[in-house]
Amino acid sequence: MQITPLGDCAVLIRVAENFDEAPEQALQKVIAAHRRLGAAKIPGVIELAPAYTTIALFYDPVRAIDGGAPAENVPDWLEHKIREALAGSDSRGADYVKNSVVEIPICYDPEFGFDLDEVAQHAELSPNEVIDLYAAGNYRVHCVGFIGGFPFLGGLPSKLATPRRETPRKEIPAGSVGIGGKQTGIYPVKSPGGWNIIGRTPLRLFDPQKNPPGLLRAGDQVRFRAISREEFERSVT
Amino acid sequence: MKATAIRAGFLTSVQDLGRAGLREFGVSPGGALDPHALRVANLLVGNKEPAAGLEITFGGLRIRFADDRVIAWCGGDFEACIGSMRLASGHAALVQSGEDFSIESPAIGCRAWLAISGGIDVPVFLGSRATDLKAGFGGMNGRAIRDGEQLLLGENSERSKTLAETLRTGRIASWKPPHNWSNPAQPEPVLRFIRGSDADHCTAEAMRTFSRSGFFVSPDSDRMGVRLDGPRLERTSEKDLLSEAVAPGTVQVPPNGRPILLLNDCQTIGGYPKLAHVITFDLPIAAQLRPADTVRFSEVTLLEAHRVLCERERDLQQFRGGIEWHLK
Repeated sequence: MQITPLGDCAVLIRVAENFDEAPEQALQKVIAAHRRLGAAKIPGVIELAPAYTTIALFYDPVRAIDGGAPAENVPDWLEHKIREALAGSDSRGADYVKNSVVEIPICYDPEFGFDLDEVAQHAELSPNEVIDLYAAGNYRVHCVGFIGGFPFLGGLPSKLATPRRETPRKEIPAGSVGIGGKQTGIYPVKSPGGWNIIGRTPLRLFDPQKNPPGLLRAGDQVRFRAISREEFERSVT
Repeated sequence: MKATAIRAGFLTSVQDLGRAGLREFGVSPGGALDPHALRVANLLVGNKEPAAGLEITFGGLRIRFADDRVIAWCGGDFEACIGSMRLASGHAALVQSGEDFSIESPAIGCRAWLAISGGIDVPVFLGSRATDLKAGFGGMNGRAIRDGEQLLLGENSERSKTLAETLRTGRIASWKPPHNWSNPAQPEPVLRFIRGSDADHCTAEAMRTFSRSGFFVSPDSDRMGVRLDGPRLERTSEKDLLSEAVAPGTVQVPPNGRPILLLNDCQTIGGYPKLAHVITFDLPIAAQLRPADTVRFSEVTLLEAHRVLCERERDLQQFRGGIEWHLK
C-alpha cells in the first residue's frame, strides 16, 4: 500500500493495483479501506474520497496537531495512523460488506438514446440486442465525480464498449445514460460530455437540497430496468 | 434588512468557507478562493469566521445599505470607498443607512472579499451558503449577483453592535491585520509547491522547467483553475491515468503540456498527471492571478508547508485576541 501526499492537506492511499485486470477486487479493497478509515476517526481528518484504486484522505494539519499529532511532523504521524487503521484489511472475509442495490429505470426511446444506433453498429448488434445486453450487466459504482453525482460504473458487457465521441457535445440532458469506452455512467445534470448516449432515466441522481445529495456512492450495485416512454413521462417529477 | 447591489460588477458571488465532506458525491469544496481573507474580514466586522460575504472579481461593485453595518474587505490592490471616503483593505468601517460602498478595478490582483456584519443570509445548501457556479446551486440562485439585486443580511451580533458604536465618530478603524493578510496580491509572485504524486509521469526536464521558468496566466482561467502559458512541459506518456482525487493547489499537466493550477471549484477527480501541488498557504496569492500576469514556482518540503500554515493559524489566534482588546 502506497501513501503519497496530495498537496499539504491530503494524502492519496493506493489500496489496490491493476484495476483493469481485477476491477471488482480493487473496488472491494477500496470500499473496505474506506470503512476502516472512517471508523478510525483519525484527528484532523476532514473527509475521504474513494476512486477506483485509491482513497484520498483530506486533513487539516492544524486540527491534527490539536488532536495529538506532533507539530514538527504531521505526515509521519498521519501515515502511521492510516497504516494502523488498515492493518490486516486484506482478509477478504472480514471486510466483505454488502452494498446497497439500486434499480435505475431507463427509457431507450430514440429521442433520448440518440447514439443507440451507433453503439449497435459498433457492437454489430441490433438496437434491441444492445438494450437486452445492457440490462443483463451487473454494474457497480467505482467512483462518483467529474460533476456532482456522476457515477462511473464498471461491469459493462465488453461487447458494448464504445470509444468516446471525437467531438464532445456541448449539452447532454440530465438523466442521460452513456457509454464511454469500457465504462458506463449517467449525467446527473445537464452538462457537456463526450459519451455515447443510449437512453435516459427519470430518476434524479443529484439534488443539492438533499443531504446526501447523490443517489449513488462508490461500491453500490446498480441494475437497469427498461421502461416505456409512458412510464418515463409518468415518473418525471 | 437588505443591501442593494446597484451595480453587481464583473463577477460578484456569495461565498463562505465552502462545503466539506461531499467529495465522495463529486461536490467540490468551493467557497472563497482566499478563505483566510474572508475569515479575517469576518473577524474585523464582528462576524463568525465562516459567515457568508461577497467575492468580488475585478471590482465594479456598488452596494447600497438600508441600515447601519460594519464592513471590511481584504484582497487585491483595489480602490474602495464608502461614499467619497476611501476605505483601505483590512480596516473595519461603519456604513450608515443610505450609504454606498463601491470598489473599482484593481492595479494588482483581481479578487476581493467583502464581509458585512450579520453576514449575507442566503439559503444553506449542503451546509454552506457558497455559490457553486459550475453546478448552479447555493448563493444567489446558484449564479453571480445581478445589477439591482437585493441581498438579505443577517442580524448584527452583539460584537458587531459594539464595534459599530466604537466607529460612530471616526467611521474607519485605525488598526488592521498584517499587510499580507489584508492585501495578499503580489506582482510577479513565486508560488511554493511540493512535488506531485505523478511527477514521474513528466520528464525530469519538465520539473526543471516548471521550477525555473516564468509562466503567463491564460485568459481562460476561472474559479476552477489557473491555466498557464509558457514553456511546454513534456510528459513521459500521452496516456492519462486512472482518475483519482485532485485538490485545490494541484498542478496537472494535460497532453498539450500547458499546466493547470486547480482552484476551489475544480473537479473532485482527474486523470492528468499531477506534477506539483502549490502549498495551501500560497493559494491566496494564486487567487489574485489575472490574465497575462507572470508567475513562478519554487519547491519546498511538506514539513515547511505545514510549518507556515500552522504559524499563520497561531497568528490568527492572536489576532482574534487583539480584536477582543479593541472591543473593550
